[in-house]
Amino acid sequence: MVTNILEMRQITKTFPGVKALQDVNLTVQRGEVHAICGENGAGKSTLMKVLSGVYPHGSYDGEIAFEGDTVQFRDIGDSEAKGIVIIHQELALSPFLSIAENIFLGNEIATRGFIDWDKTNLEASKLLARVGLSDSPITKIVDIGVGKQQLVEIAKALSKEVKLLILDEPTAALNDEDSAHLLDLIKHLREQGITSIIISHKLNEIKAIADKVTILRDGRTIETLDMRADDVSEDRIIKGMVGRDLEHRYPDRTPKIGEEIFRIEGWTVHHPSEAGRVVIHGANLSARAGEVVGIAGLMGAGRTELAMSVFGRSYGKGITGKVFMHGKEVRTRTVSEAIGNGIAYATEDRKHFGLNLLEDVKRNVSMAALGKLAKRGWVDGEKEFIIANEYRKSMNIKAPSVSSLTGKLSGGNQQKVVLSKWMYSDPDVLILDEPTRGIDVGAKYEIYTIINRLASEGKAVIVISSELPELLGICDRIYALSEGHLTGEFGIADATPELLMQYMTKEKEK
Amino acid sequence: MAAIKDAVGFLGSRLRQIGIFIALIVIVILFQVLTDGRLLTAGNVSNIIVQNSYILILAIGMVMIIIAGHIDLSVGSVAAFVGAMSGVMITQWGFPWWVAILGSLIIGALVGAWQGFWVAYVGIPAFIVTLAGMLIFRGLTQIVLGNRQITPFPTEYRQLGGGFVFPNAFPATSSPAEWITVGLGVLALIFLVGQQLRGRASRVKHGLEDEPLAWFVTKLAFTAMLVLGLTYLLGIAPGSRGTPIVLIVLGVLVVIYSSVMARSVFGRHVYARGGNLHAAQLSGIKTQRVDFYLFVNMGVLAALAGLVFTGRLNSAGPGAGNLFELDAIAAAFIGGAAVTGGIGTVIGAITGGLIMGVLNNGMSLMGINTDYQQFIKGMVLLLAVAFDVFNKRRSGGR
Repeated sequence: MVTNILEMRQITKTFPGVKALQDVNLTVQRGEVHAICGENGAGKSTLMKVLSGVYPHGSYDGEIAFEGDTVQFRDIGDSEAKGIVIIHQELALSPFLSIAENIFLGNEIATRGFIDWDKTNLEASKLLARVGLSDSPITKIVDIGVGKQQLVEIAKALSKEVKLLILDEPTAALNDEDSAHLLDLIKHLREQGITSIIISHKLNEIKAIADKVTILRDGRTIETLDMRADDVSEDRIIKGMVGRDLEHRYPDRTPKIGEEIFRIEGWTVHHPSEAGRVVIHGANLSARAGEVVGIAGLMGAGRTELAMSVFGRSYGKGITGKVFMHGKEVRTRTVSEAIGNGIAYATEDRKHFGLNLLEDVKRNVSMAALGKLAKRGWVDGEKEFIIANEYRKSMNIKAPSVSSLTGKLSGGNQQKVVLSKWMYSDPDVLILDEPTRGIDVGAKYEIYTIINRLASEGKAVIVISSELPELLGICDRIYALSEGHLTGEFGIADATPELLMQYMTKEKEK
Repeated sequence: MAAIKDAVGFLGSRLRQIGIFIALIVIVILFQVLTDGRLLTAGNVSNIIVQNSYILILAIGMVMIIIAGHIDLSVGSVAAFVGAMSGVMITQWGFPWWVAILGSLIIGALVGAWQGFWVAYVGIPAFIVTLAGMLIFRGLTQIVLGNRQITPFPTEYRQLGGGFVFPNAFPATSSPAEWITVGLGVLALIFLVGQQLRGRASRVKHGLEDEPLAWFVTKLAFTAMLVLGLTYLLGIAPGSRGTPIVLIVLGVLVVIYSSVMARSVFGRHVYARGGNLHAAQLSGIKTQRVDFYLFVNMGVLAALAGLVFTGRLNSAGPGAGNLFELDAIAAAFIGGAAVTGGIGTVIGAITGGLIMGVLNNGMSLMGINTDYQQFIKGMVLLLAVAFDVFNKRRSGGR
């Protein structure tokens, strides 16, 4: 019997323009719970996609050995046949089918094409008992909560005789009680001989259940820590996750900070569909002229939800709290009111929320402020062209002309189009949500320069990011956001990656 | 050599837009040959225009709805309902013809507002709302008419569907009709060429022009040929009856709606809404209002189509306008509109509608059975959209 159930050796995976993984090694022993840690973008999910065959053999370099044999997966089906099952953050359940149907989806218990319902439901209840779920197997998925859905996913994995279970951020959407139950279950499965890989941002959970931790940073393996042998503290893990060279990646700037422009008070937001779930808890936040303010939070902390709820209530329900511009309370009940009051929000997801990819550069630049180009409802096409061309030059948008489709531009250039759009709407405060996500290093530098330029023009810039070095490199002040709470506020002089990470992973005060 | 390469590259990049015009020309030539020249005679061209006018009017509104990412299945029923109401207004309520026409357009707007309300503000998919509308307004048509036809209509009312510009103004000779048609043709030509030249001049000024000069000249020459040819057939050729009134109505609608979609804030918002709903909303565009007014507009155009159709047949019947919606939708898609929204043009939809119209007419002239006509129209729609999909995939689009 081989002790190492999994060995991934020298895995390198390249996307056009980006090296997502470089010579990554991962060794998992049979019967352990192995955690993988790293900042967003460190390569955790990519590594798991390589392992599970989402990226087929041949699309990456390196070698995977499972139970001692070298394996070459062509797709997920191949890896599942070997007993590797991955449970993604977004659950893959069909909401209007029953628990039992979901468990055996694609793997139905049938004779000559007809499903044996008695056996299906019987087997399903056995599996449900193993994961500690007492609901009837004929309950529909829509009728159970997210926590139970997660357990159904695990039951589904068990039905496939899983040997290695991969959980991607399993507790991100769960409340404390459900999280605790899930972690217990993982321990319980370990006793039954099932090996687990768990990707998590929650360091206290990792400390509670993991036997080993592998830390990834910038697509490389940094270290593997043995949680049983060494006394590894949360700070030790944080150090591994963030420690890197910060020099010369950010343009210099001398901040000239003026009056307060933007402030929110007691901002509380409820989840749009789950009644009673509070997403943002009474947030107070301000930004001054010429200031770059950072919001540091991990995925799922409520960063985007905070920004979008302020921006014309584009997210959430039951929103309470006040928004002030230049000290005066303003209404931001719709997006056009927010824009009218000088607020702009550049979304995290350019392609789905930021741009009309079917249209050219100039029409995207003018989209949020078409009124400025129009007389009596008719757009002045010449002026639009001239203005778009000015932005193309000043923002260094690399496109053949302003009549080029935005869908054909690179990520960095698309982001510059989004920024141009908001600059043309002439806001006082710009909220930039992950402005450099999916952008190569050179373009990142340009985006930082643009942010500096905006600040020097006397605008307040709020940058939301999960990349701490980025925030530390460009901000004057940083708020830490954890599970919908603003847990801390730091001047740039006091902020360190370790300190921020500590507040970003802080449990809410009991 | 480089110039040729440029030209080929340019044509390739605009294959879809140009392809539809070429397809129309090829179909016209094909049927001209197959029917031994009966297609392009004065009487027949006039017929093609009048017979397809209501579909083309519907296609204008339909392509806008489709660009926004919706669909409207109710336009045939709405056209029938409005035709019936106009009949009731004239024959039962004794309204003058012009009040009836005005009233019909208002009814169309109200019908559109009704459907727009459900789509935009309640959030029910347009497919469902207009499927319901198709049944509702067909039912109302039959209720209003009591399953009888209303006929005849006053002469003035009928002009919209079947009339010609001043046909009998100078009864002694045949020349005035010629001169009015020729005059209109020349005016249209001056307008179109002037618009093209102005647009090009402005683009050249800003260095935005990416169209090769040769292509621009070719385009102008084609436009001139088309307008002059039409003028000849409608006004000068033996058997010509002058310019159909509905052609002028259509011409005005095409010019207005083309500019609305290309240059107005509203038109831009329609493209933005269809191209990416979330991005449009997050850019402060009031997408619900856009949806609402699109349906109001569709209602008015459906009403106009109903008036034209009723006028042409000189009767309002319970079965009028059946399957108009499918012809209008097909015209929009053949004309290059995208099923997912965000892409399409008014002129494309008109061309798409004409392709179907010429196919219909040409096959009828050849004596081909209507069963085959349906089959061939279906194939044309399928192949046109398949060509689109293939083209998009080849250019590495989404």
